[in-house]
Amino acid sequence: MTFLVVVGIAIVRVRNLLAVTMLTGIYSLLVAMLFVLLDAVDVALTEAAVGAGLLVILMLATISLTTRKEKVHATRQSLMALVVVTITGAALVYATLDMPRFGDPEAPAHVHLSPRFTQESPTEIGIPNMVTSVLASYRGMDTLGEAVVIFAAAVGVLLVLGTGTVRRRRDPEGEKSGEASEQS
Amino acid sequence: MNQYIVLRVVSKLMIPVIMIFALYVQFHGEYSPGGGFQAGIVFTAAFIVYTLLFGLEAAQKAIPPKAAHILAAAGVLLFIAFGYAAMFLGGNFLEYKVLLPNDQAGETFGIIGIELGVGITVATVALSLFYSFAGRERR
Repeated sequence: MTFLVVVGIAIVRVRNLLAVTMLTGIYSLLVAMLFVLLDAVDVALTEAAVGAGLLVILMLATISLTTRKEKVHATRQSLMALVVVTITGAALVYATLDMPRFGDPEAPAHVHLSPRFTQESPTEIGIPNMVTSVLASYRGMDTLGEAVVIFAAAVGVLLVLGTGTVRRRRDPEGEKSGEASEQS
Repeated sequence: MNQYIVLRVVSKLMIPVIMIFALYVQFHGEYSPGGGFQAGIVFTAAFIVYTLLFGLEAAQKAIPPKAAHILAAAGVLLFIAFGYAAMFLGGNFLEYKVLLPNDQAGETFGIIGIELGVGITVATVALSLFYSFAGRERR
């Protein structure tokens, strides 16, 4: 957790975007380790693969297309913003006081549907990994929506950025001008 | 890239292992952590390593962008097809237990099928995102 805070502050402070990208990857790995500690191995695997792997690669590709330095704007520090942020943060911290303690068996999340999933799913579905059976069978419609969202995201990016097909450069005018310059 | 012999050898050793691991995550998802989503990303990671070392053109010779787009749609359609197959066999949409005579076997079969659809979609979507970022030239 301490590392998370340190890396988070570093991401905000550092101006070199390449370093920020690397720090984002480190942040994702730390979060993945936190998930492993909380026994959420499926989520940890996803976080490590997407956050630390794919996202960093895509950000690096973006940086190589744009620029490596963040522009520094001299903005006025607004007192109003500080007040709003402090009040919101205090409200959120206050709300966590109402939450049940971590691992409390009487917590509302553990008495409604969870017992049914944990007790019935091995006999009903016949699959040891409950995360998979909840994701794919009980919540199949959600997962279908997820797949469609991913597909829609790809369609959007392809429409904006193009398909990225490598084209061999066959620019006849360019070749001619090159020859001309060689001759001259 | 021909001069970096260490990179070439290590990547040639590692890329098949990463791909096999992706397939393991895909088809062993019922017993161990993992599933279609994670497997797709891991598979694409192997491909991105290949692209970084051997260039975009070589990678697109292996999986052309057009094939990736078609497969992305095919993955979603496979998912939906399992839903409708359950409907035609008398169940609700995505109710897998009617797919096979045994309830448990039907559920398992359906889950493996839709996870395969998710895996194909995620892998090819991630790959085409990477293609479209990497294929742009700097202006």
